[in-house]
Amino acid sequence: MSAVETAPEVRKQIALARLARYTPWALSGAAVVFAVLWIGFLAPACGANGCVGTQTNFGSAVHDPQDFLATLLDGVTAAGVYFVVASGFTLIFGLMRVVNMAHGAFFLLGGYITLKLQRAFVGEDSAFGLLSSQVHFWQWLVPSLIAAVCIAILGLGTQQIFLRWNQGQELRQALITIAIAIILADQMVAHFGAFAEDIAWPGILDRRVNVHVAGVHYTLTRLIILAVAVGIGVALWLWLKKTPTGMVIRAGVDDRQMVSALGVNIQLTFAIAFAVGSALAGFGGALGGSFASLGPGVDGNWLLYALVVVIIGGMGSLAGAAVGALLLGLVSNFSSAYLPGNYTFYSIIFTFVLLAIVLAFRPLGLFGRPA
Amino acid sequence: MSPASHELKRAFETAAGLGVLIVAALGPLIFSTYWISFILTQVFLLGVAAASLIFLSAYGGMVSLTQVALYGIAGFVLGNVVTTGNSKGLNLGWDPWLGVLLGIAIATAVAFVFGALASRSAGIYFLMITLTYAVIANLFFGQVTTFSGFGGISGIRTPRFIGEVDSHPNRLYYVSLVVAVVVYAAIRYLVRTPFGITLQGVRDDPVRMSSLGYNVPLHRMIAFGFAGFIASLAGVLFVWWNGHIDPASIDLSATIDLLVIAVIGGLYRLEGAWLGAFVFVLINNYIRSVPGLGHLGISEERFHTVIGLIFLIIVLLSPGGLMGILGRASEFVERLLAGRRVATAATSPRSTGSGPD
Repeated sequence: MSAVETAPEVRKQIALARLARYTPWALSGAAVVFAVLWIGFLAPACGANGCVGTQTNFGSAVHDPQDFLATLLDGVTAAGVYFVVASGFTLIFGLMRVVNMAHGAFFLLGGYITLKLQRAFVGEDSAFGLLSSQVHFWQWLVPSLIAAVCIAILGLGTQQIFLRWNQGQELRQALITIAIAIILADQMVAHFGAFAEDIAWPGILDRRVNVHVAGVHYTLTRLIILAVAVGIGVALWLWLKKTPTGMVIRAGVDDRQMVSALGVNIQLTFAIAFAVGSALAGFGGALGGSFASLGPGVDGNWLLYALVVVIIGGMGSLAGAAVGALLLGLVSNFSSAYLPGNYTFYSIIFTFVLLAIVLAFRPLGLFGRPA
Repeated sequence: MSPASHELKRAFETAAGLGVLIVAALGPLIFSTYWISFILTQVFLLGVAAASLIFLSAYGGMVSLTQVALYGIAGFVLGNVVTTGNSKGLNLGWDPWLGVLLGIAIATAVAFVFGALASRSAGIYFLMITLTYAVIANLFFGQVTTFSGFGGISGIRTPRFIGEVDSHPNRLYYVSLVVAVVVYAAIRYLVRTPFGITLQGVRDDPVRMSSLGYNVPLHRMIAFGFAGFIASLAGVLFVWWNGHIDPASIDLSATIDLLVIAVIGGLYRLEGAWLGAFVFVLINNYIRSVPGLGHLGISEERFHTVIGLIFLIIVLLSPGGLMGILGRASEFVERLLAGRRVATAATSPRSTGSGPD
């Protein structure tokens, strides 16, 4: 066949390929634009007698700026906890290629350690848990720090005993951490019971503050969570960018063997990274246990959040974890607030849609790089 | 390995397989009703679900944690379609066979979508992505009261020829047995077809297969869809057997249980699916009868601690699972028969990881 004959065929194929390439972009773009318009201007509010059809609980942002702002703050503060938990996960994964499936169990155990220590410190233990008014600031902070240290030691032990000699066997390491997660989860049910409990906030923080925008009064503890998360993020960033250990970790993320060949004790770096990553899970448990609650199954949910955040953001990237946490927090909160009032329980689908959109365009996540 | 000993080994394996099949076919004559209705039926259906996982892992290099979710989707669809009078769910009350058809079709379609999204990932990324699918599916059915809600769907009828499972346990037993055998044969056949061979090429070297002009994501997607189809068969059997399905049937713990079954049996041998299911169900049922465990503070409620420890030991010592151990034992016997000196671990089991990178 001559070139003249094939040219229209080829042109047609190129056009088809273009169409296939741009259709997902167009579709996702349209979906995002519609979501913004819906939340901003279109969403109708429910009437006094309940919600009908597509009416939403709050109505559009223009109609009800207070609830819009509250939802925004809910999303951003939830993202704070997601970030703390996921940053530990991504730190471990980025350096060692270990998917720590026990991260959720570490989170839950950290939460329980905080809970039990707090009750021991306060000394009063009623069946319904403690009230914030009974708890001083240090009675929240000290237990959560001790929990972080305990989980760091647990993580370090796990890494040294089970994972160190399986380096490079990624699937096997993941299976080992799954086994540890099963055992930990079952033992936690045995020791801490099957009821949901929560850690009490310190009394001085447990109030609402005026944020001076649209007259919204917002929970102070959630704002503090956000501040803590930002603080942890900045500290991690400085640690990775400015200290010698951080430099070795960043080099190790790029090329472990080369770093090792240059005479750096990479095993020590691995141990430090695993301890820090686990400590973040433990501290995340203290935050998450005060923010939501602790109980059987909670470990799985928080493992899901960590996984979604790092899959969206790109595994091993701190900035990716921040962006991923923000997207997850915003999407989950806005979808449950701005879906039609009778259908808010469908909001879980939007977590999946978010994941699907990111995976369709960037299989390695927004900030992910090939290993 | 000499050709003669290879022949011998295959003959032995065929004989062992036939032996198991004959015992299973004569099951109701040999075993008690409890074993038929509870243990063995459950082994067959869990084995089918585990076979879908092992198919993906052994021939596609994809360890999927979504199989339980897919089986749950088939089960929930079936439940919604056939039941009436549940407080939640659609309560359509249609024909049981239509429910089966819809359940399998929808679960398979979902598997294709999931597979398409995950098809550009492999190895450990695949494990993580499929785990998120599993948890999202569980939360979906927990929250969406249109289809289930926490209470789940009860009173799911079987087609008339199976009847009441309680009064006719043998019927469902044979149905499960037949499904298990057909699934086993279908997978064994599929991996010998050009598609199956290509899939194994994709498993071993996706970059090279891609350079040769094969569509790697498409092969992964089709394999995942096929595995979803098999998992949905297990889901149908499960709701027939259980009569009820709720979100706890597909929660993280159930998801991990299926992985445990596959790993105990052996992630690289299809037969391991049913072997793993058998061991798992036995431990689950008879843990209370093991003498001495009570003194260690391990009761049947702590089943998951025990199974977690077994899982840990298997992963640490024999990544090929029980089938790997059997394989090594048979190699040992072969060498003894061949009259050669037994070298220590001449052929090491295939590593579970992608190797040092």
